[in-house]
Amino acid sequence: MTIYLMCFILFLVGFYGVITKRDLVKIILSLAIMGYSTNLFLIIFAYRTGAHYPILEKGTSVTAMVDPLPQALVLTSIVIELGITALLVALAVRLYGKYKTFDITKIRRLLG
Amino acid sequence: MPVETWLTFVLGIMIIGSVVALELKDILSAIIAIGIVGLGVSVAFLFLQAPDLAIVQFLFEIFAIIILIKAFIKKDYHVETPSRINLYLSGITVIILVVIFIFSIPIFKSLPVFGEPLMTTSQYYLDNGAAETGAANLVSSIILDYRAYDTLGEVTVLFTAILGALTVLRIKSRTKMEKR
Amino acid sequence: MKSHDGMTLIVKTVTRLSVWLIILYGLYIILHGHLTPGGGFGGGVVIALAFLNVLLAFGHKFTGEWLKIPLLEKLESGSTLLFMLVGLLGIFYAGSFLANYIIKGSLYHLFSAGTIPLLNIIIGVKVAMSLFLVVWVMAAFKIEEEEEQ
Repeated sequence: MTIYLMCFILFLVGFYGVITKRDLVKIILSLAIMGYSTNLFLIIFAYRTGAHYPILEKGTSVTAMVDPLPQALVLTSIVIELGITALLVALAVRLYGKYKTFDITKIRRLLG
Repeated sequence: MPVETWLTFVLGIMIIGSVVALELKDILSAIIAIGIVGLGVSVAFLFLQAPDLAIVQFLFEIFAIIILIKAFIKKDYHVETPSRINLYLSGITVIILVVIFIFSIPIFKSLPVFGEPLMTTSQYYLDNGAAETGAANLVSSIILDYRAYDTLGEVTVLFTAILGALTVLRIKSRTKMEKR
Repeated sequence: MKSHDGMTLIVKTVTRLSVWLIILYGLYIILHGHLTPGGGFGGGVVIALAFLNVLLAFGHKFTGEWLKIPLLEKLESGSTLLFMLVGLLGIFYAGSFLANYIIKGSLYHLFSAGTIPLLNIIIGVKVAMSLFLVVWVMAAFKIEEEEEQ
């Protein structure tokens, strides 16, 4: 329960950054924080007390294992997150090349 | 010590690190503070019995830090000090987020307790996964056998994201070539 | 000396010795993905980091000649097609898309688990090439910007 709430606090910190910060770098970092907290929450949800990791080993027989399904989903989600970060960084670098600033309040001409 | 204590400790460090990363003025320090959060996630995965994810998260975190530093480090980085109205707006945002947090506590109470997951579909994978796919790593058997279609979608998303990044960064050279 | 010409002789020598070991480790992680923690995603990033090491140490021009960037681009888009091809072969041999149609083998052996190692290798190539290409294009963009000024 406490761990769920702390994970949610981490998510809210990232959300606060996305809403209030004005430069693109901080917004990218906030999105990364939101992604971390979501991944971590799914894995915390999958944990079983005293259980073994879901990889069989030769010569040992384990009865209880943690839930492998959220682990498989999060593994792909981490990769997608890095791809999105790369896309956002590329956009930010291009915008800097055009406007010479990361401040989104100054990038007005984007509106058209 | 039980896992909960360690996780609380790691999560506390991660929250402090993320707040520091968002509030620092210097961009290099902010990126390094994000590194604390990402490596904290990796350590937490190890405590939660997910070595697969710990390796992948560790490597991707290093790669993300390299990309961020390489992209942003030599830019002259100045953001104006926020005006008084912006400070009020941030204060209001914090208050709203605290209210959201308080109202969400009952939702988290209704979830299964930490350490007792539902395990309805997953129990089938744990019981039959090794016999049906022949892979000792059950996570890998789920990614690439039971849910390989999911992974195909993921590969497509990665392909599209990287293609977007490459296209965005190559506009300049293309216009230059047309000029010549 | 410009920033994109690479680093000092010490860094270059250490990189020349260590880069193949890093690539070997990445291949190990990819090939043992169905037995131990790791797999295509982790191993792919290790290989991308090895290439990135060469890019940082030797500079832009040398890496472009050593790695043959057009080949990497073809590998990057071709691996997605290969993934689908492996899936489509499943329709003919086993009756469903992405079915595990190769002989399973015995547990804990390197050559086991049917299509899983094959798909691991494809994903490893895909992740390594795409992540390296992003950094490569970013470096090329930076050099173009410097030349313009």
